[in-house]
Amino acid sequence: MEAAFPPRTFARGFHAEKLMTMRVLLADDERDFVDTLAERLSLRGYEVTTVHNGAEAVRAATSARPDVAVLDLFMPGLPGDETLRQLKVMYPDLPVILLTGHEAVDDNGTSPVAKAFACLTKPLAFKDFVAVLEAAARAGRQASEGGEDGQ
Amino acid sequence: MFAALKKTFAQALEVPEAVSPARYRSLKRLMTVLIVAVSVTPLLLLTIISHMQYMRTLEREMESPLYDMARKTQAALELYLGERVSTVSYLAHAYRYSDLSDERSLNRVFLALKSEYQGFVDMGLVDGDGRQIAYVGPYKLKGADYAGKPWLRETEIKGRYISNAILGYRGYPHLVIAVHRLEESGASWTLRVGTDTLRIQQIVSSEGSARDTDVFLADAAGVLQTDSRAYGKALNPLPFPLPQASHEPEVCRMTGPDGRSLLIASCTLDGTDFRLLAVKPVEKAFRPWLALRAELLWVIFGGIALIVIASSLLMRHLVDRLQASDERRVAVFAQMEHNQKLSSIGRLAAGVAHEVNNPLAVIYEKAGLARDLIDLGKIGGDEKEKQRLSSLLASIESTVERARGITHRLLGFARRMEANRQGLHIDEVIVETLSFLEREARNRGVALETELAPDLPEIISDRGQLQQVFLNLVGNALDAHVASEGEDQEARYVRVSCVCEGDALRITVRDNGMGMPPEVLRHIFEPFYSTKNDKGTGLGMFITYGIVRKLGGDISVESEEGQGSVFTIVLPLVPPDAGGEVRAQTSKP
Repeated sequence: MEAAFPPRTFARGFHAEKLMTMRVLLADDERDFVDTLAERLSLRGYEVTTVHNGAEAVRAATSARPDVAVLDLFMPGLPGDETLRQLKVMYPDLPVILLTGHEAVDDNGTSPVAKAFACLTKPLAFKDFVAVLEAAARAGRQASEGGEDGQ
Repeated sequence: MFAALKKTFAQALEVPEAVSPARYRSLKRLMTVLIVAVSVTPLLLLTIISHMQYMRTLEREMESPLYDMARKTQAALELYLGERVSTVSYLAHAYRYSDLSDERSLNRVFLALKSEYQGFVDMGLVDGDGRQIAYVGPYKLKGADYAGKPWLRETEIKGRYISNAILGYRGYPHLVIAVHRLEESGASWTLRVGTDTLRIQQIVSSEGSARDTDVFLADAAGVLQTDSRAYGKALNPLPFPLPQASHEPEVCRMTGPDGRSLLIASCTLDGTDFRLLAVKPVEKAFRPWLALRAELLWVIFGGIALIVIASSLLMRHLVDRLQASDERRVAVFAQMEHNQKLSSIGRLAAGVAHEVNNPLAVIYEKAGLARDLIDLGKIGGDEKEKQRLSSLLASIESTVERARGITHRLLGFARRMEANRQGLHIDEVIVETLSFLEREARNRGVALETELAPDLPEIISDRGQLQQVFLNLVGNALDAHVASEGEDQEARYVRVSCVCEGDALRITVRDNGMGMPPEVLRHIFEPFYSTKNDKGTGLGMFITYGIVRKLGGDISVESEEGQGSVFTIVLPLVPPDAGGEVRAQTSKP
C-alpha cells in the first residue's frame, strides 16, 4: 500500500540524479489551508516548511534553504509580492509560485509578480499543483547550475 | 413678476430627469411668446407714439391754414364794414339834419354815394321821435315808425350800429348801418343806410371755396348771415352751437349735426355781433393720412406676422435641438449608469468569489488530505466503509471543483486582460466561430448567415475572447429559436453582419427568434440572471459584456418579443490601452 501510493516520489527519485527530497516553503496566513497542504505534500515525501506571513517566509528561506517557495499573494504584514521581491534579491534562482484568490497579474513586466515562476488560483487542483512544483524545482535547479557554469 | 418669470425659466431650463414632450412644448410656447412680446411691444409702442405725434402735427398743420383763412377773412370783412360805417358816418357829419331832411338833397347824396360805392340799397333819415321823415330807395318806407326799435335805441346809445342781416320790410337779406347825430342845436337824428350782403358773401366765399372750407358769418344767436355751402342760405339757423366768442381766431374741434368731426376756426368781427366761422370736415383733412395709415398698418401687421412666424420656427428648431440633445444626454447617462452598475456588480462578484475561494481551498485540501489518508491506509477499519468514505470525499472534491469553476468564471469578468492581443481579421474569427455551431444550427433548422463587408480592416484584439463572445451570442440566438419552436416560422435565421464605421467595427448578431421582454433586457448583462432556468449559469452574457468592455468596445441589445433580438457590438480597431504591448509583440520574429 505504502509503496503503491506515492508513485511521483518514486518516479522523481528514479529520474533524479541526486536522490534528495525536495524542500518546499509554504507561506500563507490561512493556517488550515497551509497546514493541510503541507501534510499532503509531506505524505508524498516532500520536506515542507510552513510559515504564516511574509517576514517569516524570508527568515525561513534563509534557514531552510527551500528548493521552491510557495507564497500567498495576500498576507498580513509583508504581502506576497513584496516577499517575492525580497526573496528574489536574496536568492535570484529560487523559483517562487504565487497563490492568489484571483489572477490579478499586472500586465506590465515591472511588477515583482512577473518574476514568479507561476501564478496559481485557489482552490488548487492538487495534481496540477504538484506538477507545477516539480517543474519549478527543475527550473530552479537548471537556473542555479547555469549560474554556476557562469554561462 | 420678474421673480416669477425667472422661476418659470429656471424650471423650464433645468436638466430634466426624464424627457417629456409636454415640457418642451410648453418651453417652446413660453420662449416664442417671450420673443414675440419682446420684439413686438417696442414696435407697437413706437408705432402708437409716432401715430399720436403725427396726428398732433397734422392737426396743427390743418389748424394753421384754417386760422390764417379766418384771420384774412376777418381782416377783409372788418375793413369792408369799417369802410361802410365810416362812409355813412362821414355823410352824417358832412350834412346837417336840415340838409338831409330835404328829400331831394337826400336823393342827391344817395345817388352820389351809390355811384361811388356798390351795394347801397336805400337811405333814410329818422328823427328823434323814431319817424323816418325822408327816404330814398326802392321801397316805400317814408314815414315808417321805428320808435322803440332796439336797433334805434342801440344806435342812439353807441352812436353807430351795424345790424344783423335782416329781411326787414324788404324781404331781401340786407344790413342796416345807422349813425346817430346830436347837433349843437339839440336836434337828434339818425342816418340809416341799407346795404345788401352780396359783397360780404363774395368776400366770405372767395376765401374758403379753394380748400374744402366752408366760410360764413353768423350772428350771436347762431343764425346764418351769409350763405353756407353745408348749412344752407342766409338767415337759416346753424345746426350746431357757436364756439366761444373771441376776436382772435380760435380753432376747435366739434362734432357736426351729421356726426362728422369738424375743425372750426371762429372769431368775432370788431364792432359787430357777427361771428366769422371757417369750417372744415376733419375726415377730408385726414384723407391722405388715412391712406398712409392703411399702408402702415399693412406693414406693421405684416411685420408682426413675420416676427411670429420667424420666432416660432426658430424656437421650434432650437427647442427641438435642445430636446434631442437632452434625450441624447439622458440616454448617455442611462448607458453610463448601466455600465457603472455592471462594473460594480462585476467587482462585487469578483470580491465574493475571492473571499469564497479561500474557504473553498481549505475544504478542498482537507478533503484531499482525508482521501490521501484513506488511500495510504493510515485509516483502519472496514474496507467497504473506507470505500464509502472515499467516495464521499470524492464527491466533496467534485462539488468544490464545481464551485471553483463558478468563482473562476466570475473572476474572469474582473480579471485584467492577459497580453495576448494580436492583429486579426474579424471576418475570419466570425466564420471560424460559426463553423463550430453549424451542426447545431442545422439540427434546429436555423440558417446561419453572415453579411461581412469586404475589405474589413485588421483589428487588434484577442482572438480567444472574441470567439467566446460570438459563441455566447450566436448560441443564445440559436436558443431563442429553440424556445419558439412551436410557432410556425417561415425562415429562421441567425445573421452575423459586420461593417466598418470610421475607426470602429460594428458587428451585429440578429435573430428572428422569440425576442425578449423589456424586463429581461434590463437585466440581461447581470450575473446569475438567466431565463434558461436549469440549463444556464446566468454568466454567459455577463462574461460577454465583460470581455467586450475589456476589449475597449461596447455592447448593446434591442429586442422585441416575438420579433427577435439584435445584439450590437462596437469594437475599436485598436483598443485604447493596447498599443505598446502589441507593438512589442509584433516586433518579435
